[in-house]
Amino acid sequence: MTALGKLLKTTAFRLTLVYLAVFALFAAFLLGYFALNTRRLITEQITSTIDAEILGLAEQYNQGGIRRLVYVIEVRARRPGSSLYIVTTATGEGLAGNVAALAPGILDKPGWLETPYRRLEEAPGNEHNALARVSQLPGGFRLLVGRDLDERERLFEIVATAGRWSVAIVVVLGIAGGVFVSRRVLNRIDAMTHTTEKIMAGDLSGRLPVRGSGDEIDRLALNLNAMLERIEALMHGLREVSDNVAHDLKTPLTRLRNRCEEALRTAKSDADYRGALEATISESEDLIRTFNALLMIARAESGEARDYMTEFDAAEIVQDVSELYEPLAEDKGLTLRVDAHPAPVHANREMVSQALANLLDNAIKYAAAGKPREDGGRPEIVLSAQSKDNRVMLAVGDGGPGIPAADRLRVIERFVRLEQSRSEPGSGLGLSLVSAVAQLHGGELRLEDNAPGLKAVIDLPRAVPTGAT
Amino acid sequence: MRLLIIEDDRDAAEYLVKALGEVGHVADRAGDGDDGLALAQDGAYDVLIIDRMLPKRDGLSVIHELRTGGITTPVLILSALGQVDDRVKGLRAGGDDYLAKPYAFAELLARVEVLSRRRVGPSEETLYRAGDLELDRLSHRVARGKQEISLQPREFRLLEYLMKHAGQVVTRTMLLENVWDYHFDPQTNVIDVHISRLRSKIDKGFPQPLLHTVRGAGYMIRDGAR
Repeated sequence: MTALGKLLKTTAFRLTLVYLAVFALFAAFLLGYFALNTRRLITEQITSTIDAEILGLAEQYNQGGIRRLVYVIEVRARRPGSSLYIVTTATGEGLAGNVAALAPGILDKPGWLETPYRRLEEAPGNEHNALARVSQLPGGFRLLVGRDLDERERLFEIVATAGRWSVAIVVVLGIAGGVFVSRRVLNRIDAMTHTTEKIMAGDLSGRLPVRGSGDEIDRLALNLNAMLERIEALMHGLREVSDNVAHDLKTPLTRLRNRCEEALRTAKSDADYRGALEATISESEDLIRTFNALLMIARAESGEARDYMTEFDAAEIVQDVSELYEPLAEDKGLTLRVDAHPAPVHANREMVSQALANLLDNAIKYAAAGKPREDGGRPEIVLSAQSKDNRVMLAVGDGGPGIPAADRLRVIERFVRLEQSRSEPGSGLGLSLVSAVAQLHGGELRLEDNAPGLKAVIDLPRAVPTGAT
Repeated sequence: MRLLIIEDDRDAAEYLVKALGEVGHVADRAGDGDDGLALAQDGAYDVLIIDRMLPKRDGLSVIHELRTGGITTPVLILSALGQVDDRVKGLRAGGDDYLAKPYAFAELLARVEVLSRRRVGPSEETLYRAGDLELDRLSHRVARGKQEISLQPREFRLLEYLMKHAGQVVTRTMLLENVWDYHFDPQTNVIDVHISRLRSKIDKGFPQPLLHTVRGAGYMIRDGAR
């Protein structure tokens, strides 16, 4: 499409045209109305002047007879100006006046008329229009008094010219303005289109230009940019996940494969084969577990699980989960202490339970390795639930080695496992899942220093705010 | 036991038919939803194993059709979709149990056997008995021989579930689902610890152990004399 074609197709330009048409019509109407009214006004003025003059002349006639009338008219007719006069006898013989050519028979009909005329002193062919009134005087004399209409026509002409010019100027300025505005809009839209094309081509880092004027296009661009930001983050997350999946699923798969190959190569007895197969199965179970955790994180992050939220007391969950893990903790020489206050919350019960179970599982795994308490008692893990200011906090605190402050954000990422924990079984997804669950509910997972040890807090709003991600 | 497997993956289905055959069950196979529905409508099967994603007619629709037609054969839903909400959808459609792929055969077998028993056995007895172990569901009393055993509420429910399915293998996931109502997989095997606690209460000091570990599958309450 040519630049002009594009310009003509813009909404701004089309709107300009519509406005222009409306405005020009309005101006024409206004000027026309004005011109017609002026013309009417002038006509009225002329007629009333003529009426008054005829009245005056009739008076002169009544007082001084035809002589006086002829005298008065001759005086008046000599005055320069736009008035015209004729007095004739009943047979049409001119007695006085300043009009040369008149259409024949005009003087026979008394009343108003518009007629072309020529003044006596003017050369033939120099005709004007006049508005005149013919009246019959007693005695059969006829009197015509008229006024030249040139003035009226000239005024009308002036107004009409002004009207034509102003409409022309309005149209020219309007189109120029329309082109200017459309080009500005078009330039910005073109810049946006250009960026979107780049983004569609795969460069997600592109952003729409924002001029900072806060107008509607800026607002649109800001919103679209925020959307792009989110898409880029999601794409980045996806890429990261697939990289991680590739790494963390391929590693155990390689182990699995190696084990099978080794069994094929070296196994001598049925027992050897059985051992290799059993190890293979258990390895594949770990894989499935990792896979499930990944799926669950994805599910939590997609927000679908929000459809399955119910109202319950988080303190119950703390009780239930601690009860599930209590024998295990005891086996490991730990004390589980529950400090649960009623904390009603609207959430996905299963997911919050699993998140808490993950935290507790971690705590048990690492707390046992912590230093014994100074008073010689068993290391303690504290599970708590409390409600404060419309927020519900579920916490698991242990006295284990904790996590260095610098690593606390990093461990929440998928598959991140600190050096110290590599020897423990686990997928490196536990905390990612907890964090995803917290975010699903519009909350967050916080890792704090329990001095000594780690305190993991799931901080949730009492009910999921709408629009949380 | 006669089973019907409605599953479009030929390998997976044949593996199941063969494995179930090895433990003495007869299984038929249907490769799509329509065939499966037609076979299941005979009502001659003890348990139906239905995959969720099937050609022609999906698994949930097969179940729905069966249930509206008054066929109450227990259904085990198999699915690659293993999240809680998928499970809820499956059970709401009329399934009796839900097993996510990939599964261990022992898990499937245990669940199928429990489902088949649900159909024939008297469902709600008030007194469970295994050997000289008695559990009274109304008074919450447990005794072995003449000796009263005191259990925590959760231990009671655990034993209750095991005894309800006495003689059948009960897997760890089944326990987690039915006793604790959790559908996720705790990373550490917490169930084993609960079982060993229960075992120390009901078996310790008695010559005949009743609570057995079934290797690679789960647990079973069984009167050793039988």
